[in-house]
Amino acid sequence: MAGDTLTSSEYIRHHLTNLTFGQHADGSLGIAHDAAEAAQMGFWAIHLDTMFWSFFLGGLFLYYFKKAADTVTTGVPGGLQNFCEWIIEFIDESVRGSFTSKNVIVAPLALTIFVWIFLMNLMDLVPVDVIPTIAGWLGIHFMKVVPSTDPNATFGMAIGVFGLMLFYSIKVKGFGGFMGELTFMPFQAKNPVVQAILIPINFLLEFVSLIAKPISLALRLFGNMYAGEMIFILIAIMYNAGAVLGLFGGALQLGWAIFHILIITLQAFIFMTLAIVYMDMAHSEH
Amino acid sequence: MNINLTLFGQLFSFGLFVWFTLKYVWTPMMGALEERRTGIADSLSAAEKGKHDEVLAKQHAKEILLEAKNQASEIKAQGEKRASEIVDEAKDEARTEGERLLTAARAEIDQEVNRAREQLREQVATLAITGAERILQREIDAAAHKDVVDSVANQI
Repeated sequence: MAGDTLTSSEYIRHHLTNLTFGQHADGSLGIAHDAAEAAQMGFWAIHLDTMFWSFFLGGLFLYYFKKAADTVTTGVPGGLQNFCEWIIEFIDESVRGSFTSKNVIVAPLALTIFVWIFLMNLMDLVPVDVIPTIAGWLGIHFMKVVPSTDPNATFGMAIGVFGLMLFYSIKVKGFGGFMGELTFMPFQAKNPVVQAILIPINFLLEFVSLIAKPISLALRLFGNMYAGEMIFILIAIMYNAGAVLGLFGGALQLGWAIFHILIITLQAFIFMTLAIVYMDMAHSEH
Repeated sequence: MNINLTLFGQLFSFGLFVWFTLKYVWTPMMGALEERRTGIADSLSAAEKGKHDEVLAKQHAKEILLEAKNQASEIKAQGEKRASEIVDEAKDEARTEGERLLTAARAEIDQEVNRAREQLREQVATLAITGAERILQREIDAAAHKDVVDSVANQI
């Protein structure tokens, strides 16, 4: 499946390279032809496959939910509306459970995170070679179909959540209150001199824990999906190693895919729940 | 696995999606859900109220029935009373009418008696005169003794 001319490591590397668009070393704009060229393009390059699939899946999600919202009825709901209502009520319940303040943006944020991440993760269940092979016929050499295995996607969302956290922290508590949370906790002292010494220690601790939130959010999703994808790729290599191992690989892939359904849902749910909890922390005074 | 411009592309699309969801998905859907919830709550309370009303209506109906029964028996009693009154009145009337008829009959009888007596008197007078004439034809001049005969006849 990987093509007879490819070795295993080349096959894996091929699968882990994004379709990168950027500036070549010679100054011309274009698509990178291999992983090294993509890396050399530096920051000012863009992953076309990640952008395409995430936009496509996000568009799918928004299209169907918008359709349900446009034809929404308070009477007997149809199938699509029923499905959307089921998800929305599930999200609403989660938000009510974890978020104690009032903010209209949190629930739509949670809904977007959950459904979008779920759909992006779901791409992992498409057999690893199907879409890249079709893309290959169309002349596209690299195609990474699972956007959540691209740290750019997960960090993009985590930074979005982090930005909202900072914004609402400062909006609710004021800049002073936000800085106070960073510097006067967890150690406090009555003596002003001791307090002055404690401030840098507090700041170090609190700043690290603040920064850890978006990073852990992004890396957890990325790590899980990347590892899952990697296992699918490794299983796919077995198809080239004879009939017995190939059949064994088929069974393994089925088993892993079934198990992976749990993981993709769980990761989407964890990301959503943590985002809600972080937003709640941003809104609550200590 | 390079961090690059894709990060901002994703950040931007994330923001766009959240905004879109908030504006076009969440708000209308939650509105509909809320509306349905209040609708269901309203119909439940309406059903509860209907049940309550039914109980009240049944009670009311019972009261009306009872009242109607009472009225009916009252009307019946009144009717009976009136009927006996009418019968009594009729008896009284019949009695007075009977008396009146009796009186009238008596008066008529008296009249008849009087008339008969008058006729009798005239006939007796005539008979007496005729008898007297027959007796006196031989001895008395009718013309000469007319005043005597008339005075006698008048005494009857």
